[in-house]
Amino acid sequence: MPESKLVDNLDLDNYKYGFVDSESHVYRTKPGLDESIVRDISRQKEEPDWMLQFRLKAFKIYESKPMPTWGGDLSDLEATLDEIYFYVKPQEQTERSWEDVPDKIKNTFERLGIPEAEQKSLAGVGAQYESEMVYHSLKEEWASKGVIFDSIEDGLKNHPELFKEHFGTVIPIADNKFSALNAAVWSGGSFVYIPKGVHLDTPLQAYFRVNQEKMGQFERTLIIVEEGAHATYVEGCTAPVYSTDSFHSGVIEIVVKKDARFRYTTIQNWSNNMYNLVTQRAVVQENATMEWLDGNLGSKLTMKYPSCYLMGKGAHGSIMSIAYAGPGQHQDTGGKVVHAAENTTSSIISKSISKEDGRSTYRGLCKVHEGAKGSRSNVECDALLINDTSRTDTYPYIEVDEKQANVGHEATVSKVGDEQLFYLKNRGLSEEEAMGLVVRGFLEPIAKELPLEYAVELNRLIEMEMEGSVG
Amino acid sequence: MSNAPALDIRGLSAKVADEEISILKSLDLALNPGEIHAIMGPNGSGKSTLAKVLAGHPSYQVTGGEALYLGQSLLDMEPDERALAGIFMAFQYPVEIPGVSIANFLRTALQARLGRGEELDLFDFQDQLLEAMKLLEVEPSFAERPVNDGFSGGEKKRNEILQMAVLKPSLAILDETDSGLDIDALQVVSNGVNTLHKENPEMTILLITHYQRLLDYIKPDFVHVMVDGKIVRTGGPELALELEKQGYVNWKPSS
Repeated sequence: MPESKLVDNLDLDNYKYGFVDSESHVYRTKPGLDESIVRDISRQKEEPDWMLQFRLKAFKIYESKPMPTWGGDLSDLEATLDEIYFYVKPQEQTERSWEDVPDKIKNTFERLGIPEAEQKSLAGVGAQYESEMVYHSLKEEWASKGVIFDSIEDGLKNHPELFKEHFGTVIPIADNKFSALNAAVWSGGSFVYIPKGVHLDTPLQAYFRVNQEKMGQFERTLIIVEEGAHATYVEGCTAPVYSTDSFHSGVIEIVVKKDARFRYTTIQNWSNNMYNLVTQRAVVQENATMEWLDGNLGSKLTMKYPSCYLMGKGAHGSIMSIAYAGPGQHQDTGGKVVHAAENTTSSIISKSISKEDGRSTYRGLCKVHEGAKGSRSNVECDALLINDTSRTDTYPYIEVDEKQANVGHEATVSKVGDEQLFYLKNRGLSEEEAMGLVVRGFLEPIAKELPLEYAVELNRLIEMEMEGSVG
Repeated sequence: MSNAPALDIRGLSAKVADEEISILKSLDLALNPGEIHAIMGPNGSGKSTLAKVLAGHPSYQVTGGEALYLGQSLLDMEPDERALAGIFMAFQYPVEIPGVSIANFLRTALQARLGRGEELDLFDFQDQLLEAMKLLEVEPSFAERPVNDGFSGGEKKRNEILQMAVLKPSLAILDETDSGLDIDALQVVSNGVNTLHKENPEMTILLITHYQRLLDYIKPDFVHVMVDGKIVRTGGPELALELEKQGYVNWKPSS
């Protein structure tokens, strides 16, 4: 699509996804969190006892862990957590047919551009509204090959053994305060199983929407990619703009078995009143490949470090991320790779843009265990500052306990240069067009990896954000 | 207005924005449409400053005088307005734009020249670009490379003239386009400029150079000698040869 068309369609003053639907739900817990709410969520979901016990244990761990202070500013979060709704059930069940989704919710997703039509280029679609997946479907072609793409609740109900074998194994409850919180109150998310040798040629897509004010969304996703299987998963997230803060804390666990390939793509464009604290981790077995492609554009504060634990010989992990920190935003993002076997390889490429008083932080860990001979890792983080007030920080942690390993790190900080702008203006580009072109060029190595509709969306966002960015 | 000079500079004075010292000191110069003028002068005489001031570089401040482009005052216009009006500067030090391909850049620049709602014909654009690349003797894959990023000195200068070929300015200011070029590249670049001028004889060209060498390839109608911020002598092509023999030593700043 020609870029000029995109520019014409811009709604410059508004966060595009900021519209609100009137509230409606079939069930909602009282604001705040205590043990009775944890029990209530489990009862609502008619869970087996082991899951209730899992939740209760997690709740205790959550309560015992202090609020982390090493990252973004969470000083107001405690008060926010006392006010939000931890569980809001929008409808009775997850629908298989788009027709059966209530009109109001359906309209929301249609306004967000996630209609049925999109399924044509997707293997499966899931949509979460508030605390539950309201819709989940998978093309028959893939279902017949044994692919499972369900809500996490249906995964637990319909595939209890497979579920129990993997759930909570990649990210233990006590990994961090928010993984413990998620383990206690999780609701919604996907359960994905790709059988041995199956190659999905189109992505699975999940879409997350928070509509309710003062809402906490705690989706939990478990993905198992069997030996030699290939698949891609894409998730997108938005919410209305409220004056009060909301909270999103997902946990994504992925197991990529021998010779398998998996890519997980996120474009989060939460409104700027959202705390977004997510734990994402993949265990990567022998000769398997895991790729995280992570776009953090929205939220008030994001703390998210997708991880690859390279457990089998020759495993490969890749983390590519884009962070955009606009006015009042802090994107504290990066990645984590752990080399625990011989000849494992990894690469982290992180690109951030900070505008006005926006702040981007790269925080990354590369750890090579003793015995992981022949392992190689390369970390590259580039920050682009738009204004003099913009801020970026880099915290690259590197721990290498193996002599025969090769770890490289490179970091750059650049400012959109006056000479660059002058050069482009000399060719007839306006200041905004010039700024947009420089920023898009900066992001290009990662943007070209995005699915087309997300790449278009990213371009549109940048055009919009660069309006009036130069003073 | 049809009889107006392409460029009419009257008493132009300018300085670096943050400093006090004047670089251009009441400079006068007039170029008629279609003419090729060369400005020669020693280092520090203000040649490149003149080019940048005409293009509207924000680091310089005009302190007096006037510059008219086809009768229209230039100095209050933004750099992009000047570009859209038909002024092009080939940079002495072309700037790198990582991640932006030459094709994408030129497409954006041409699109900027169209009115709102008008759409660039991509097939025409493709043809123009291929023709320009042939002229500058670069491979078609050149257009897919990020603008000036990792380019050799010669590639950067070819890229400048490539852009000039596609953007088709009516006034082209070439700031030391010959610097950093080997003899082969100089021939290609000069041939490109000559061809463009032949195709569009109305195009006015201002060459800024330190060396006579460039003028062996691009024949100017007039040669100006610039010393200490003003034009001290004007003549035909033979003046360049004289300078080549004698150097700039005879051109002490006059007071």
